[in-house]
Amino acid sequence: MDSNYGTYKLRTRHLNLFYSTKQALKDITINISPNTVTAFIGPSGCGKSTFLRCFNRMNDLIEGVTIDGEVLIDDVDIYKNMVDVHEYRKKVGMVFQKPNPFPKSIFENVAFGLRINGERSKTVLEESVEAALKQAALWEEVKDSLNKSALALSGGQQQRLCIARAIAVKPSVLLMDEPASALDPISTAKIEELIYQLKHSFTIVIVTHNMQQAARVSDKTAFFFMGELIEFDKTDKIFTNPSEDATQNYITGRFG
Amino acid sequence: MTQLTLELTKLRTDITEMWNLVASQLYKSLYSLKTFDKDLSREVVSNEKRVNSMELNIDRDCENIFALFNPVAIDLRFVLAILKINNNLERIGDIAEGISKFIIIEKEPFDPPLLQKTNFLTMFEAAIQIVEDALTSFNKEDTKLARSIFKQDEMLDEINAEANQIISDYIRANPDKTEQALNVLSIIRRLERVGDQTKNIAEEIIFYLEAKVLKHK
Repeated sequence: MDSNYGTYKLRTRHLNLFYSTKQALKDITINISPNTVTAFIGPSGCGKSTFLRCFNRMNDLIEGVTIDGEVLIDDVDIYKNMVDVHEYRKKVGMVFQKPNPFPKSIFENVAFGLRINGERSKTVLEESVEAALKQAALWEEVKDSLNKSALALSGGQQQRLCIARAIAVKPSVLLMDEPASALDPISTAKIEELIYQLKHSFTIVIVTHNMQQAARVSDKTAFFFMGELIEFDKTDKIFTNPSEDATQNYITGRFG
Repeated sequence: MTQLTLELTKLRTDITEMWNLVASQLYKSLYSLKTFDKDLSREVVSNEKRVNSMELNIDRDCENIFALFNPVAIDLRFVLAILKINNNLERIGDIAEGISKFIIIEKEPFDPPLLQKTNFLTMFEAAIQIVEDALTSFNKEDTKLARSIFKQDEMLDEINAEANQIISDYIRANPDKTEQALNVLSIIRRLERVGDQTKNIAEEIIFYLEAKVLKHK
């Protein structure tokens, strides 16, 4: 029996990923506990976004990608156990850098995933949309305009709408790829506050170039460089006394 | 070189300048005590304003670095250490001023047997030496030297601990010099505090370089 069984929400073991012949991820082993926020940091091209996308098999869509090693969600290897990609993706919500609401109403954006999953009950849909918008701290701002176009919302509101859309289908993991990099400081603060609240319900992994954001929102931080996981530790340790020189050089801006 | 690196380099230069000034304040206090040069004592008192002004500037620079550059890791520890070292140096500056004020109010030169019995000059020289050693350990990033300060501080503590009895015996033998003896005792107390402040500084140097917290251990 695997001694880590049941302990971690997300795990990888000796994960390697190649774009054709170019190796983008090198032998990455990581254990991510449930209901925590983990930040992935590192310079551009270090592999952090590629690694994030391994957790919902988004790299499958890229031609020439090959993967070996294990990626486990709830101890199930999502690449090797013949799992239904659509089924387990329900467990994993994703929020991207740029808010990407559908050109539909606010209500329909949040209800979209539920409808795809076959929900037809008007009452259930209404209750679920309200719950998701409340959880995404957007309800008070949009409750009187649910039928208005989502595209009329501000950038910060659109991003919270995308978070509401992602959590409406009740995933247990939220992947966020630079979710606040296109937002102003006030919207960024709201997203960060939201991340802090959401971790009680979800396991969150966030890729960010904003070092202070990583420090503010995450429990643990992973530093990647040239496809390798250089250091993974508690965030306060990483930002006060990192173990590796490469981490220190990067976070203090002395890098490269 | 990043702007943060430039700011940290300037901070290092400024704290070194303050450190040298404070060490020189102590040295001038000792020299004026030995030579009973009250003008030099007055100079120390006057220079204390410069020490205070430097403390305020360094405090302000640290605050700006926190606000504008969000230092992390060794940079964060460096700025945190400088903030505290700055405060400790300012207090050593106050001590030098306090000692000089005792010299100014003293009516006649200090009695050599009194100074000899209390190990006073040895203590004074040791206090200056540990302030200088702390600066050397800071600039050379030498934590071994920083740790040696703890031992030197113990020596100052011992001289201070023995002073009560020695001064008491001296006063019984020389009642006409009671006031001067009490002033010497007060200066000894202050020199002991120079040791304490410098020990704090050494702890900050070790925290900055090794990320180890030695306070209260």
